[in-house]
Amino acid sequence: MMNWFRTRALLERNGVLGINRRNAEYILPHNPRNCYPLVDDKALTKQLAAKAGVAVPELYGVIEIQQQVRGLPQMLMNYRDFVVKPARGSQGDGIIVVTGRSRALYRAADGSLLDDHEMGFHVSNILAGVYSLGGQADKALIEYRVNFDPVFEAITYRGVPDVRIIVYRGVPVMAMVRLPTRLSGGKANLHQGAIGTGVDMATGKTLTAVWRTEIVSEHPDTGNPVSGVQIPHWDTLIELAARSYEMTGLGYQGIDIVLDRDKGPLILELNARPGLAIQMANQAGLGTRLKLAERELPALRTVADRVAFARDRFAHAGPAAA
Amino acid sequence: MKRLHLYLLAGILAAIGLGGFSHKLFVLGFPFQPDERTDVWRVEVQLKFEAAGGPAKVSLFVPRRTEDLVIVDQSFVSPGYGVVTEPKPGHGIRAAYSIREAHGTQSLYYRAVIQPARVRDEVSRDPAPALEPPQFDDAQRVAAEGLVGAARQRSSDAGTLASLVVKSLKEAPPGGEAGFLLGPRPTSRRIATVAAQLIQFAGVPARMVNGIVLAPERRDAQFAHWLQFYADGRWQPLYMNESDRMVPHQLLAWWRGSVPIAEVSGGSALRHTISTSRSYELATRTALNQQRALEKKLIEFSLFGLPLQSQALFRTLMVIPVGILLLVILRNVVGFKTFGTFMPVLIALAFRQTGLVWGIAFFSIVVGLGLGVRFYLERLKLLLVPRLASVVIVVILIIAALTVLSFKLGLERGLSIGLFPIVIMTMTIERMTLVWEERGAGEALQQALGSVAVGVMCYLVMNLRIVEHLFFVFPELLLTVLAVTLLFGRYSGYRLTELYRFRVLAR
Repeated sequence: MMNWFRTRALLERNGVLGINRRNAEYILPHNPRNCYPLVDDKALTKQLAAKAGVAVPELYGVIEIQQQVRGLPQMLMNYRDFVVKPARGSQGDGIIVVTGRSRALYRAADGSLLDDHEMGFHVSNILAGVYSLGGQADKALIEYRVNFDPVFEAITYRGVPDVRIIVYRGVPVMAMVRLPTRLSGGKANLHQGAIGTGVDMATGKTLTAVWRTEIVSEHPDTGNPVSGVQIPHWDTLIELAARSYEMTGLGYQGIDIVLDRDKGPLILELNARPGLAIQMANQAGLGTRLKLAERELPALRTVADRVAFARDRFAHAGPAAA
Repeated sequence: MKRLHLYLLAGILAAIGLGGFSHKLFVLGFPFQPDERTDVWRVEVQLKFEAAGGPAKVSLFVPRRTEDLVIVDQSFVSPGYGVVTEPKPGHGIRAAYSIREAHGTQSLYYRAVIQPARVRDEVSRDPAPALEPPQFDDAQRVAAEGLVGAARQRSSDAGTLASLVVKSLKEAPPGGEAGFLLGPRPTSRRIATVAAQLIQFAGVPARMVNGIVLAPERRDAQFAHWLQFYADGRWQPLYMNESDRMVPHQLLAWWRGSVPIAEVSGGSALRHTISTSRSYELATRTALNQQRALEKKLIEFSLFGLPLQSQALFRTLMVIPVGILLLVILRNVVGFKTFGTFMPVLIALAFRQTGLVWGIAFFSIVVGLGLGVRFYLERLKLLLVPRLASVVIVVILIIAALTVLSFKLGLERGLSIGLFPIVIMTMTIERMTLVWEERGAGEALQQALGSVAVGVMCYLVMNLRIVEHLFFVFPELLLTVLAVTLLFGRYSGYRLTELYRFRVLAR
């Protein structure tokens, strides 16, 4: 019992943000409800990003009604590899990454094979709202499969790693690289067992990682060290993040960026309720950084100001990553 | 600013709630604790029938004082009807409701307030009984002679004779003399009727008594039947089953003989429902009588002013907010993960009917079997809504099968599985399947266990007698519950589970 109070006090001192505080003090006051659809519906997010001149994975097609499921094989005919995802999905659920074909079958990233019928069923489930928040009817998006930058090859088990940056009113406050593992089934989702490495905001170099609730320094499947990897295009990434506030109007959001070998950084999705595990990846509390950003905000007028502030103040403080 | 607003609102709500509570507690003298000793009962009969359009008359037997129970107060609520009571010799007292013209469905009420007698009424006010030998045909007479003869041989007095007759009827093998007299599938009422006839046949005056067991909260009370025989100068009771013998002070005799409780002329489809409840209001009747008229009105406009059936419903409804507040704490302060926001509270409500152990067992069986079916349906690749509908149907089938099975095995509790919220169970099964497939069995089971654990905790709190009593007698306490819930709406501290989750950051 005493131990709990001690833990609580230590977490408080380290500025660790809990889910209640995140909701009560950041999400509820700073994320206007009318802005949610912009990020909850990935089709809308894509339009928004296109308008703002930000690169996103190319949209091959949208399936909105059950009738269109029949035309799915025709729609997919021209693409060897693609991604099927629900427009309103959460936590990476309901996403199928097709990496190629084997005769009439689709080969998914986890190695399983699907026929047209199974693919149609999956799309029907998406339309019925199985994966959407609150079970509302949904759309299925078919889009470009990212050929991820080989920089994370050594520390990824299948799937697509991505970079998550938390942005508070235009100030990038914390970042992590999410690396799929065997446990996560190739998904870059920490809840499902992916690992997340912290990122030094100043340099864009990776730090140690969190796996479940533990700190790890090697990728559990490949055994390679996860720290000290330089994220390419870090300047672009952090600027993209800083600009996303004006794009959506959400004061507290997570922006997920993938690095494509050929196309560079692409915005995968935005998240109005980003998770808190990022704090463990960085071994730093979000609360401290958010307070700092809040205090300095009036002085930060331009995107460049905010980027400079983030790189300056949120540099990794501890011993330099190996 | 928002905070101040919230604190003000919560403060005002809590003040109103606690103020009303203390006024009722200290000034009006409502009991704080459910008092075990004040067994004051309310009995309500609702009669319904379809009037034919012309004059209608309904007769209803009403209970009378017994050795152990006194009828303190009774009322006939019947708009437009004239009511007279008349004794019906040999049966009891009958109330007759009559009206010149009645159309459509008619509802009539009879209410009585019953208290245990302080002094047992030993003097039987019934006149000396006359023996009424039953009308048997030849075959019945032979069977009756056989039965009574056997009983008489083994008995020493009227009392043992009567109980031997009852015993031989209750344990009647089909095809024997007793079985022949009783007919196929005898009800307890039929057994009592035949027993009364046989005891009369043996020369001892006897009669069947119909009555109800007074229970704290019964929405559809059923009649119990027992016997009285006349010996040693007074009527003596003879109970047909053991459970009645235990509770003479809760057994309300209603009328005697095998005539129906109510009859109608000038109408059809007469139905009756009887509800009973333990009355708290009356425990403070003396206090209430001294209040001014305005305050009496206040009491009239409370939940006590409702018909008994609705009161029973509100006893349940009023504890739900307590369960919900607990749920809020368990989710937002402790950090339990559950399927569906309010599912555990609904499960807890079902537990109130089934009891805890059975409730958990039934819940696990239904969800387990449902999951099996759901995994099978997965292979058929059905669309969402028809798939959910199929699971609902399967869940209902499982519940029906379990009910029949457990009843046949002699588990009375099984009868209440039907009260489980079927749609909620279905959604649980569906969500659980998805979590199972997306996140693995561990996470699914963890959430299921979380849901049941929260359900059990809500049940334990909602089922406390003091909680039920407090919120029914002092509904204004709900304002206080609301105030606390509102305050939790701004709780921004860590959840207990987060202390574990973020423990690596506590350096």
